[in-house]
Amino acid sequence: MASTDVAGNVPAFLNQNPKDRIIVLGVPLPLLERVGLYVLLAAVVVLPMVYDGYDIYEFGKILMYMLAVLGLNLLTGFNGQFSLGHSAFFAVGAYSTAIMMDQLGVPYWATIIPAAAVCFVAGFLFGLPALRLDGLFLALATFALAIATPQLLKYDGIAHLTGGVQGIVLDTPYPPAWIDGIVMSITGEELSIDRWKYMFTALVAVIMFAGAWNLVHSRTGRALIAIRDNPLSAKTMGINTSVFKSAAFGVSAMYTGVAGSLFAIMDEYLAPESFTFAEAIKFLVGGVVGGIASLFGAIFGGWFVLEIPNIADLAASSLENYINNPQGLTGLIYGLFLIFTVYVMPMGAAGLAQILVHKISTRR
Amino acid sequence: MALLEIKGLKAYYGQIEALHGFDMDLEEGEITAVLGANGAGKTTTLRAICGMVKASGTITVEGENVVGMSTEAIVARHKIAHVPEGRGTFVRVSTEENLRLGAFTRRDKEIEKDYERVYHYFPRLKERRNQQAGTLSGGEQQMLAVGRALMLRPKIMLLDEPSFGLAPIITEELFKILGKINKEEGVSMLVVEQNANLALEISKDAYLLETGNVAMTGPADKIMDDEQVRKSYLGY
Repeated sequence: MASTDVAGNVPAFLNQNPKDRIIVLGVPLPLLERVGLYVLLAAVVVLPMVYDGYDIYEFGKILMYMLAVLGLNLLTGFNGQFSLGHSAFFAVGAYSTAIMMDQLGVPYWATIIPAAAVCFVAGFLFGLPALRLDGLFLALATFALAIATPQLLKYDGIAHLTGGVQGIVLDTPYPPAWIDGIVMSITGEELSIDRWKYMFTALVAVIMFAGAWNLVHSRTGRALIAIRDNPLSAKTMGINTSVFKSAAFGVSAMYTGVAGSLFAIMDEYLAPESFTFAEAIKFLVGGVVGGIASLFGAIFGGWFVLEIPNIADLAASSLENYINNPQGLTGLIYGLFLIFTVYVMPMGAAGLAQILVHKISTRR
Repeated sequence: MALLEIKGLKAYYGQIEALHGFDMDLEEGEITAVLGANGAGKTTTLRAICGMVKASGTITVEGENVVGMSTEAIVARHKIAHVPEGRGTFVRVSTEENLRLGAFTRRDKEIEKDYERVYHYFPRLKERRNQQAGTLSGGEQQMLAVGRALMLRPKIMLLDEPSFGLAPIITEELFKILGKINKEEGVSMLVVEQNANLALEISKDAYLLETGNVAMTGPADKIMDDEQVRKSYLGY
């Protein structure tokens, strides 16, 4: 075909493929990405050796939120379906774990897989009627789910399971004796409960992150992305869009649900007020600021939704000498952070990283 | 018996009947043109064949009626590749990922090999293989749509306005390649076109649709010579 006519109009950096020809500061991009992955993994392993107490608990929380955001990213970023109701699946996961521990005496570590299964089924079933809803209407339907959830959890009829308004207090998730033994023999000190909570959370998070990685690079992942880009075309490729969209809802709910399970285990307590609509918005914020169609973006998103409110709080408190009662400004400062973030990184942290890489890259 | 046999095809958008019950055949190994003005039902015909609109009557492919079957099932069972109006590019993935999606229903091990087959017809796509497909030009995206259809190893290709929005020179190239694909791969094609001249040139038979009915049918060269058709659709 004539090959002179059609060039041009292409943003330069999108042309700079294949990937392995891109050099960033002397390092080929695929190598850089792999090194980045190992550095992250190393950080996850090293953190509990350095930190303890509240610090390490916070890191665990970041990973927990990362998983919740990842769930939303898989649905919205990779499959193009909106949800303002993921707090509901977060609750399903958390309560599944809590009820199993509280009512059935299941050890905390054994609740993760069944809770994941429950959430997958819940998400899949919700995904079926959601097939008929598009865009904003789906957002509304999921919103309904989000506002119904805390009310439902308080409902008297199931209060013997959920603990009603009081919630459920859970047993402390002590490490298995053999892990305690190993740590003792290496370090000579007892493994603190905070460190163990982090390690457990990190283990689950790393496994699930790897699972998401494989998923989006699989045949199923291709189908999900095709549906996002062009649902009608996807059908003519022979993709059963109904099945894949419902499954995407299921998997998404499973990720956010497992985050809920970890939340219950880490805090040893849960109550309906932890699962309000605000939580669903938190996940959405995390997804967007990280980069909604990115797996790594979820890490940034997790950090953002946990830490930026704290930072905003600190910033507000530091105004104490100048303004009366500056705590009232926390929300404002958080809002400013958020606006600043979306201006600086309109495609999220992942998009910014991509642009930076291409700015400082050369081609072989 | 024809490879694709349509009898009494009606199609509906909600309550509105868009096709009013006509017959149409596509012979094995041939290219058949479907011509007509806007709103004649050309696109709807193609959509009915691959189960994307509500239809009645019979559409028999290889002896099986496909009316009422899901799009996915028709595509997978009968190897019917639909090249939609507007190309239907998966914009945010690479060219090669688009091709890969064309082979979604295939389970064999020769998918990788077939990239080269597509690149043989469209060398331009090879240059663009790792580029985000949404950044390809209109012409390239149309090549991609045809190449993606080839990845199914189709028996039948349904092409909806392949010339849409393309420069005349590119359109001509594209039709040459379509003719080549038809001969070399033995793919039967149903081509919907506004550009009647080009379509008739590569076709053996042609149908002229008018407001949901077949107004005229016959060998492509006869249609091309028809006074009425020339005046209304060919413009000379």
